[in-house]
Amino acid sequence: MALKVKCGIVVFPGSNCDHDVYYVLKRVLGQEAVFLWHQETSLQECELVVLPGGFSYGDYLRAGSMAAHSPIMAAVRRHAEAGGRVLGICNGFQMLLEAGLLPGAMRRNRNLRFLSVDVHLRVERNDLVYSSGYRRGDVLCMPIAHAEGNYVDSDEALDELERAGQVVFRYVDADGSVAAAANLNGSKRSIAGVCNGDGNVLGLMPHPERCAEDLLGNGDGLALLAGAVQAGGARVGRLAAAAGG
Amino acid sequence: MDAGLAAEHGLTTEEYGGLCDLLGRVPTYTELGIASALYSEHCSYKSSKIHLRRFPTRSRRVVHGPGENAGVVDIGHGWVAAFKMESHNHPSFIEPYQGAATGVGGILRDVFTMGARPIACLDSLRFGDIDGERGARMRHLVDGVVRGIGDYGNCVGIPTVGGETGFHSSYNGNILVNAFALGVCRRERIFTAVASGAGNPILYAGSRTGRDGIHGATMASEAFDSESEAKRPTVQVGDPFTEKVLLEASLEAMRSGVVLGVQDMGAAGLTSSCFEMAARGGAGVDIDLDLVPLREASLTPYEIMLSESQERMVFVTQKGQEQAVASILSRWGLQASTIGRVTDDGRARLTFGGRKVADMPVEPLVDGAPVYDRPAAPPGDLVHRQEDVEPEAPDDPLGALKRLLGTPELGDKAWIYQQYDSTVRSNTIVGPGADAAVLRLKGTPSGLALTSDTNPSYCWLDPRTGGRQAVAEAVRNLATAGAEPVGMTNCLNFGSPENPEIAWQLRECISGMADACRAFDVPVISGNVSLYNETEGEAVRPTPTVAMVGVIDGLMDLGDEAEIHRLLGCGFWRPGDRVLLLGNEGDEFGGSAYQRLLYGVEAGRPPAVDLRAEAALCALLRRARRTGWLSGAHDLAEGGLLVALAECAMAWGLGMRGHTGTSPLSLFSEAQGRALVTLAPARVDDFFATAEEFGVPASDLGEVGGDRLVLGYDGGVVDGAIDDLRAVWAQALPRAVG
Repeated sequence: MALKVKCGIVVFPGSNCDHDVYYVLKRVLGQEAVFLWHQETSLQECELVVLPGGFSYGDYLRAGSMAAHSPIMAAVRRHAEAGGRVLGICNGFQMLLEAGLLPGAMRRNRNLRFLSVDVHLRVERNDLVYSSGYRRGDVLCMPIAHAEGNYVDSDEALDELERAGQVVFRYVDADGSVAAAANLNGSKRSIAGVCNGDGNVLGLMPHPERCAEDLLGNGDGLALLAGAVQAGGARVGRLAAAAGG
Repeated sequence: MDAGLAAEHGLTTEEYGGLCDLLGRVPTYTELGIASALYSEHCSYKSSKIHLRRFPTRSRRVVHGPGENAGVVDIGHGWVAAFKMESHNHPSFIEPYQGAATGVGGILRDVFTMGARPIACLDSLRFGDIDGERGARMRHLVDGVVRGIGDYGNCVGIPTVGGETGFHSSYNGNILVNAFALGVCRRERIFTAVASGAGNPILYAGSRTGRDGIHGATMASEAFDSESEAKRPTVQVGDPFTEKVLLEASLEAMRSGVVLGVQDMGAAGLTSSCFEMAARGGAGVDIDLDLVPLREASLTPYEIMLSESQERMVFVTQKGQEQAVASILSRWGLQASTIGRVTDDGRARLTFGGRKVADMPVEPLVDGAPVYDRPAAPPGDLVHRQEDVEPEAPDDPLGALKRLLGTPELGDKAWIYQQYDSTVRSNTIVGPGADAAVLRLKGTPSGLALTSDTNPSYCWLDPRTGGRQAVAEAVRNLATAGAEPVGMTNCLNFGSPENPEIAWQLRECISGMADACRAFDVPVISGNVSLYNETEGEAVRPTPTVAMVGVIDGLMDLGDEAEIHRLLGCGFWRPGDRVLLLGNEGDEFGGSAYQRLLYGVEAGRPPAVDLRAEAALCALLRRARRTGWLSGAHDLAEGGLLVALAECAMAWGLGMRGHTGTSPLSLFSEAQGRALVTLAPARVDDFFATAEEFGVPASDLGEVGGDRLVLGYDGGVVDGAIDDLRAVWAQALPRAVG
């Protein structure tokens, strides 16, 4: 039997996808999973840290901004800087942006409304642990459920992001083409998910944990979480190859 | 203190006299406020109690029937479901965003105070004309209500998995917002709202008490007039983040073993929570109002007792365990304050500033509230109303179909439900837009099916038949998913019961619903009555919203795991499948969408409801589901056969080619007790044999396939591209509200 990976799901006041990620990691993938309380300062030697979706602190200041200053975030930062795996989903992605662990920021969705729909994503690189279960160019279907997922940064920063190959997922149409109509929240360059330079920190707005079982009608997200707990060194190394569209 | 002041509080001379007799003196101002809230229609059900007794409330599955914060039924494998539906009509009309949001908040608290974790919401909404003269105001209400429901439920993280939205001019001055929530827990974890054990401390938790919502329960028990705008301050303001932490903290506290009873502060705030908890325990309470956490120090005891500030709870703990509860709450950033103790003398004693401000007997005020058997009489124009208006046959059935699909009533509701998170908690197999939502129940082989239904036009034409129809349709919707109904809740939305015509509607609707509940053996385990839904004398259509929950015992029996979400939905998805129509045909146009939406005619008798035939159809659907024969099922409802076929075709963009022997007009008949099923050709013979065994007529309409809906009928053929139908259907609501 394969060695289990210890996964920590951080619970902030207002997290509401914590149980869903836990269920997939523990019950579907058979890993060791624990909840980490936001006021703790230790990650209990977890190899994978997940910042789950939800409305931490009600998103009352800006989405993810207060959670980014929680006591546990110092430990998450050290873990990330040491090459450990950190996955931020939805509100967790917003926290990673607010904490400066990933570049960019979020604005309200283009139509200024909450959006709960299935979207198509294109896998832009598959050399990260998270995306290793896909092929480059694969088109996945995943649900989004957010009001602030409109990714933005300066043109120079976005150019740099693209050059460094840090765009991991992009919103596309069912055929895999970038299109304004498929970019519902209005993100710059249709960006749905980005990683840091070393590829060990990933943030994305769609919810892989909600589409990881056939019974729910969609298993496209399972490979992402399975990749996140695959054995091997956490550090994937800075990649020279820029993965363009 | 006099009868004039009492009248301002909505108490009649007799009610005020009774209160003075009960106290043996004239009430204090605080006591008058308390009594007016407890005697309000909203809290006391004084006009409906006599009728509600007709509902069956027991079955082998019922754990808690009406009277608790939410009803509880056994759903198997050691699990129970707690659910309830409640209205927030009046506040939502005055302030749509906060009114709807706090409606969701209130119903979630009703569920988690039972110890159950909420896992799903439904919403049943009724709006007025959105494109008429008053359209702008109505569009503002639609937008505000949808945002309010979304922002609250999304933040707390409870998926909204279904519901219904209807439009009718009778709601122009009085919209309906009915919110349903369902929670689950292990059977042994269920809590009740009981105050017991003299000397046990009463803890207050959650938000501080402010001036919002004072007399909300009384407002909800009055009709609207031109002054109602001035009631905006009585609308509560919601804070979903506090609700979320209160939910987690409360469940944790209940699991810790030191909590004896829990009650949220909903309508009538601290008044109803203290009095109802004490009444259930046959106890009394001593409360020191100086200990209630306030937003501003200037609140009077009257205001403290009647505030409907949101996200507040009351816990009764064992003596000496206050600190244990407080530390759980504080971990979640919440404060707990001991505000009083349980007593054994059956009285509620309130002090403020060291002074006694109320001393009242609990039980007579809660359970002894007046019960009225209001005079009831059928409306004078009933005979006229029920006169059939001969429907015009459509020259162009495809054109009629498109016009129907293009109305907000029958159009796609995605514009609404895409603003609600429907997949959080990762249980949703079939989400909004289907006959019934289906959730898996983690840790068991079972699924839960949920639906909400009512047809206000049918109820207006014949309330008894309308009541039967609402229950029958709910059972049928569950059966299309293969689910056995285990319990029902309802929200009875009517005008003023002091009008004999409305009292008659209420009585007749309830009779019809109760008949149907008995026929299908479905207990009513909770519910809510919302009366006085009228503005300047014009009442809403009688709207008895039914929300029903069913259990699918073995989800995996239904078919291949990866296909279950498709075959449980109601669309064509597998080319080559046969499409069968089940049930008796017949021409029924009274109250039909065809006459109402295309010709502006709302007349005649609503479709007859044959409960025996409905039960047979549902039994057949469940059997066929369990044997894994069906690839899909969809009930026939508003709009009839052609609308149902179009919905099946639009679901996955796959059409059909077939034939029916009926007239073009019959394509739009709303004859009840009918459903469409699809199945592989190899299963058809077995299915027909089983249908015959169940006594259900069945006919083969044709085959799934292609990108068009093609249906021959007596004298012609409907032939439409699915893309064209979809374009009309998908734009109906965005165009109307945009």
